[in-house]
Amino acid sequence: MSDRRDADGRYPFKTVIGLEVHAQLRTASKLFCRCSTQFGSAPNTQVCPVCLGLPGALPVMNEHAIELAITTGLALNCDIPSVTKWDRKQYFYPDLPKGYQISQFDMPICAEGYLDIPDPADEGETRRIGLFRAHLEEDAGKSMHDEAAGRDHSRIDLNRCGTPLLEIVSKPEMFSAAEARSYLTELKLLLTHLGVSDCEMQEGSLRVDANVNLHIEKDGKRIATPIVEVKNMNSFRAVERAIQYEAERQYQEWEDTGNTIETVSKRTFGWNDATEETFVQREKEESADYRYFPDPDLVPVHLPKERIEAAREAMGELPAATRERFQTQYELKAYDADVIVNQGPAMVTYFETAATASKDPKRTSSWIQQDVMRTLKERQEEIGAFPVSAETLGQLLGEVRAGRLDNNRARDVFQHLLTHGGSVEQATAALGIEAVDDSELDALCDELLAENPQVVQHVQGGKPQAVGALIGKAKQKNPNINPGQLRETLLAKIAAM
Amino acid sequence: MTIPLDSAVTLQSLLASGELSAVDVARSVLERAAATESTVAAFTYRPDERLLEQAEAIDRRRREGQPLGPLAGIPVAVKDVLCTTDMPTTCSSRMLENFRSPYDATVVAQLRAADALLVGKTNMDEFAMGASTENSAFGLTRNPWASTCTPGGSSGGAAAAVAASVVPLSVGSDTGGSIRQPAAFCGVTGLKPTYGRVSRYGLVAFASSLDQVGPLAWDVADNALLLSHLAGFDPRDSTSLDAPVEDYLAAVSPAATADLKGLRIGLIREHVDHQRLAAPARQAVLDAVGVLTAAGAEVVDVHFDQTKYWVPTYYIIAPCEASSNLSRYDGAHYGFRAQPAAEAAQQHGPLTATYCQSRDQGFGAEVKRRIMLGTYSLSEGYADRYYAKALQVRRLIRDDYDAAFGKVDLLLGPVTPGPAFPLGEKVDDPLEMYLCDQFTVGANLAGIPAISLPAGHDENNLPLGVQLQAPPLGEAALLRAGTVFQNATDHHRRRPQL
Repeated sequence: MSDRRDADGRYPFKTVIGLEVHAQLRTASKLFCRCSTQFGSAPNTQVCPVCLGLPGALPVMNEHAIELAITTGLALNCDIPSVTKWDRKQYFYPDLPKGYQISQFDMPICAEGYLDIPDPADEGETRRIGLFRAHLEEDAGKSMHDEAAGRDHSRIDLNRCGTPLLEIVSKPEMFSAAEARSYLTELKLLLTHLGVSDCEMQEGSLRVDANVNLHIEKDGKRIATPIVEVKNMNSFRAVERAIQYEAERQYQEWEDTGNTIETVSKRTFGWNDATEETFVQREKEESADYRYFPDPDLVPVHLPKERIEAAREAMGELPAATRERFQTQYELKAYDADVIVNQGPAMVTYFETAATASKDPKRTSSWIQQDVMRTLKERQEEIGAFPVSAETLGQLLGEVRAGRLDNNRARDVFQHLLTHGGSVEQATAALGIEAVDDSELDALCDELLAENPQVVQHVQGGKPQAVGALIGKAKQKNPNINPGQLRETLLAKIAAM
Repeated sequence: MTIPLDSAVTLQSLLASGELSAVDVARSVLERAAATESTVAAFTYRPDERLLEQAEAIDRRRREGQPLGPLAGIPVAVKDVLCTTDMPTTCSSRMLENFRSPYDATVVAQLRAADALLVGKTNMDEFAMGASTENSAFGLTRNPWASTCTPGGSSGGAAAAVAASVVPLSVGSDTGGSIRQPAAFCGVTGLKPTYGRVSRYGLVAFASSLDQVGPLAWDVADNALLLSHLAGFDPRDSTSLDAPVEDYLAAVSPAATADLKGLRIGLIREHVDHQRLAAPARQAVLDAVGVLTAAGAEVVDVHFDQTKYWVPTYYIIAPCEASSNLSRYDGAHYGFRAQPAAEAAQQHGPLTATYCQSRDQGFGAEVKRRIMLGTYSLSEGYADRYYAKALQVRRLIRDDYDAAFGKVDLLLGPVTPGPAFPLGEKVDDPLEMYLCDQFTVGANLAGIPAISLPAGHDENNLPLGVQLQAPPLGEAALLRAGTVFQNATDHHRRRPQL
């Protein structure tokens, strides 16, 4: 990188980003007790002596959480160790009733790995983002600071307390806000594809903290700005905007103060979604001493090779492989394969079923991207609840491919199916669409040619496109007429005159 | 008829034959408590009216021919460190003075299922930290043999309730000797089972990797009876052992206890020769060697390299775990909450001030001392030097035991350096108090079972004990040897004048 200043007089710099993602695992019960993990219940209704941290209560590990963590780790190309263990991370806070969180300190269930993400700067290419680790831990409760009441009372909801989280820690190997977003999009796709997490940022089942700083090139030297951890971002867009904002703010701060990573320790900033600004939460990262030590209430977890291999086999095809396969098996373009795969596993299945039924994958892909996805967006629905089944859409597009329906009529049928449901046959019947037989077509053409001698003249005069004028007239006489067939028959008849 | 409140096995047969009703037993318990508790004060809570109701219900069920549990009508006291829904669970701490558990500890549920009469909760050192029961927030318990002496601790109330013959059976907990030492001081028999043999679910944690629930009673036979209702796998406790429970009653039966031929017993030389071991206590051990040898056992010397590190190791690991386990008592959710002084709230914010003052006022001095010791030992920069090092030494201590059990079946030695000491003598000298545990903490660090047997009385008529230790899950072997010992001695048959 050249270190000459740009047109604005700024030195070249690179934004360096590492992301910590907390994904809530989709287990029915909590990590160490049998309480439900259901979101949105009345406060403090999904609790028991264990997750309340009552005296004498003891944790019992949820095996399903271990399964989900192994699957995720394998999909993230992590090493899964043969032994993992539980540690206590200790701090006082009212939403942490035991005074410690059961987490994993030095032996995480997923060791070093990586995630290949679509390169936002180079379509069809990927970037490999390294991962330090992924570890399991229990969630804390929720504190609600009731400022509206005009008193400094806080309310605590412990429903979430003990919910299993997988904390996935990337290396600082993303160099733009777009890359961070691509990483999150790909990670969410992977986690939802595997069914290990719902990844709903609004419900808190996916939480993102971004560690951001700049590497500025000046006078042949690289200067690193102080690291800022940005929290409270509630959407991928917010993450992207916060990183962009931080990059600008940090450059400005460096110009104004000369602060570097050596002179200022890590700080914690929040993100204000309304003003689109970051703000200081903790000026100086207090050197928190969590006094980690192995939880004596839990035994180390042994993960035999067979268990890991069984999880690997059960994992099935991952989104990156599906993208590749769509390009070879269905001859989709990279972009189209991306769009469909990125919708998640339900859409992948929908596409494959419809494409098989229609025998026309490209047309299916384009219908899904236009008609199906637009409708889903308008109706704010998921593909799983879509009223037109994949088989039905495939059959409809098969009719188009066979020339029995044109695109416009097919859209009419599609609209009818959306509102009324039923089969393609029922919809075409309801819309009065019937196949037009050859004698009908013949008779119609003769009629049209007799009524429009000027068209015949134009065609004979070397303007075959003039028959186009008859297509609209033909449709008025018989809406089921296929424009292609009509055009051919008309031209043949004129030629034979 | 005198009701034998000092023998559960005898009560069991009298109740079964109909010679006694459960109400007779319950009334007798209440009379005995009324006569002794003003001096001994073994209990922190006794629901006396409900005891009669429990007893009446059992008698009614017996009359109606309904099935009854094996402990039907047998009075049992429960150390106040075990959760009970119908009685307070205070751990003898101001912090939990008004705490009611919404659930029963597994062992309490098992006692209820066996139809035992739950007489009440017994006094203890606060959160089981201490060796004299003087660290209770709710007053002293006195030794039934000498009211000026401590009953030992932390299960002092549990041992004293048996020694005062208020109950034949008592449930205690042992983290570093808290069953065995008070048993020795009170002249009764107490057993610390293998770590994981008895569920810890509902046992309020002091040091999770060391805590174990166990029985106290006058003799081994009653220990066997009670242990058979405490032991077993509990899916709610991840450290519980999923191993079959041996037939403890068979282990103490006449058929199994004729002699000890073929049994090899190791005498822990470092303990017998210890300079802090009082002469009468040493003599009790040597007398026991004679008794066991006469019964056919072969007693040989064994050596433990790490004995001088037992107490230091224990007093790193136990406080580390305690500092973490006791974090939950912060005044935020349950238990004692201080109203922070305005000045503190101003200075530290209301939350931190509430935490600090609730913990400062809710905990006693010894508990705070151990929280500080543990917090320090786990702190960054010190954890490697203290906690990690202690874990390494713990491993070596286990190795010592493994090596010893490669040569012998059981280990013999003292329980305590001497007999019960006067109230107030050590309470201001924590190091002296900690040394009370020097012969007992090894079993906790190694997770093995150990039993304290009455083994004599000193010139002041204060009881003395000896300790037998066994390899993991060797409870039946301890009970068998203990029974043979008690068949040949009468220390466990002597009763204090109260």
